[in-house]
Amino acid sequence: MSAKHAGGPTAAAGSQVRPGVATAVSVSQWSRSATVTVAASGVGAAVLITLPYVVGTQVTQPLVTLFLLVAMAALWNLLAGYAGMISFGQQAYLGIGAYTIYLVGRAGVNPFAAIPLAAVASGLAAAGIFLLLRPLTGGYFAVASWVVAECLFLYVTTQGWLGGATGAGLQQLSAMAPLVRQADTYWVALAVMAVCVAGVYLLVRSRFGLDCRAVHDEPAAAAAMGVEVQRTRRMAYILAAAGAGLVGGVLIISSLYIDPGSVFSVNYSADMLFMVVIGGLGTMEGPIIGAVIFFAAQQVFAQYGAWYLLGIGALAIGVVLLAPAGLWGSLAGRRGWSLLPVGYRVRPAGQGAP
Amino acid sequence: MTWLNDTLQGIFLGGAYALTAVGLSLMFGVMRLVNLAHGDLAVCGTYLVTTVMAALGAPLWVALLIMLPLAFLFGTLLQLALFDRALSTGPMAPLLVTFGLSVMIENLLLQTYSANVRGVPAGRFDVAAGHIGGLVLPWLSVLKLVLAVAVIGGLSAVLRLTAWGRRVRATSDDLAVARLQGVRVRPLFAAVTGIAIAAAALAGTLNAVTTGVDPTLGTLTLIFAFEAVVIGGLGSLWGTLAGGMMLGVTQVLVSQVSVPYATLASQLLFLVVLAARPQGLFGSALAVS
Repeated sequence: MSAKHAGGPTAAAGSQVRPGVATAVSVSQWSRSATVTVAASGVGAAVLITLPYVVGTQVTQPLVTLFLLVAMAALWNLLAGYAGMISFGQQAYLGIGAYTIYLVGRAGVNPFAAIPLAAVASGLAAAGIFLLLRPLTGGYFAVASWVVAECLFLYVTTQGWLGGATGAGLQQLSAMAPLVRQADTYWVALAVMAVCVAGVYLLVRSRFGLDCRAVHDEPAAAAAMGVEVQRTRRMAYILAAAGAGLVGGVLIISSLYIDPGSVFSVNYSADMLFMVVIGGLGTMEGPIIGAVIFFAAQQVFAQYGAWYLLGIGALAIGVVLLAPAGLWGSLAGRRGWSLLPVGYRVRPAGQGAP
Repeated sequence: MTWLNDTLQGIFLGGAYALTAVGLSLMFGVMRLVNLAHGDLAVCGTYLVTTVMAALGAPLWVALLIMLPLAFLFGTLLQLALFDRALSTGPMAPLLVTFGLSVMIENLLLQTYSANVRGVPAGRFDVAAGHIGGLVLPWLSVLKLVLAVAVIGGLSAVLRLTAWGRRVRATSDDLAVARLQGVRVRPLFAAVTGIAIAAAALAGTLNAVTTGVDPTLGTLTLIFAFEAVVIGGLGSLWGTLAGGMMLGVTQVLVSQVSVPYATLASQLLFLVVLAARPQGLFGSALAVS
């Protein structure tokens, strides 16, 4: 775990004396392709920010969906791909985020400004719920987190002040000019995606990310090496929940309505699983690619009903069984590509990054 | 006397849960496989029964006799085609594959049969009941409880007394050693899954006589089955029966006080047991880790 000394984009040189072998190596967590990716992402973000001025809502509204899908995929990947916890209950935190925005909106706060509160509420709830899920792993953890979400759903349907089973509208925003509201929604969704993807990337590159992967690969060995297994799992769980809270907040803002049956639906977890598995579990690029594939399938085939989910499901099962690294993992692993490197590369000193 | 009758109805409901859960329990016990498509496969069996009844004009019991071998066959094929491979791929693969399968089945049923609730007509049998003092004995519920006890008792006897059962137990204890001793694991797993799916489909169909069936029913079916298995303890079939009964009795008793909280109460019971005793009431601590 000494790797934390070698973080950052500048290469830290270490020297290992072994006779007959090059004595100096450079260890880098950065690469030229990563510089290109980050620069391209910056340009892409700038283009996306100006989009509402250029195109109509028929373009920006589907993009809100795509942004949220990418954010959810990145978050679920943090949990399952890096920390090794498969959860089918992340919809609980979508719901908590959405209801937080509903409540603060009703209290007179601007829902757009209150989005960070959704993350705080979901993160706090996750800290409590993790106490219950803490001893569980594997299928136990997956289904127990699902049951927690079901409990929240059943509870909300009995509560009149939350709109009960019929749901509740975010009336405050209905008064806004639709064009302004839709543009604001778009920007908030874009910001949430950027925060989630960049946040997961920075986390995974940090000491915390190393701990996560160690816990994922071999919890007992990680513990023996001094990784605080439960603290790492808890941290990943809380952060993934906080991100889901942000997504939930945007969900209610974009639809102006919250329906407990849909926001607490396990279908959200299914979508997250499909996107991450198809793209590549435990890679940075995979979930984003998976989200784009999922979004494209939804846009093209949704008019024919839910058949596309059968195709997506079959693709996901096929990937798990035949190419467990996912589409990106299989492609990139063979060719050594890495657009967003998270690991460390060791090469003889004196050679620049490729 | 009312509370005694309520408890009795809870036990009957628990029998239904146990019959639904026994296949899940068996598959987990033998293969350490949490089959997240269990509920949807039960619903599949129910739809097959309604289709057979509509197509042939056959009564329920004839349709069941046609469906059960098909469900067994489908289970074995599923094991051979998907689950075997998932089990050997890694610890996450079975969860991902069975959950993906569950979503596929649900959407396939939705596309084929629409979201409407379908009834499973059982003649006069679905509401007929006997009375002993203040106790009500709905014959269908009695049948489900009897079937649950019979299936669990039968399976336990087969596992304990037959050569095949000995091989299953050996495989459950240690897959590698069982293989070394000459146990042919693939057909054994296939048979276990076949039995599990057939039992689930039987339970799903009998439950649907009372409640009807719709494509999304599989989700809640799985959750209740999983809860019964976990409360009772992993790998213990009789524990699953006890777990189902605890769920059923809790649900019926709470529903006497407040109907909206009845389902929530049984979910909370599950979470409490999980927090206090993750290995379940009759499980060993080894099963969790």
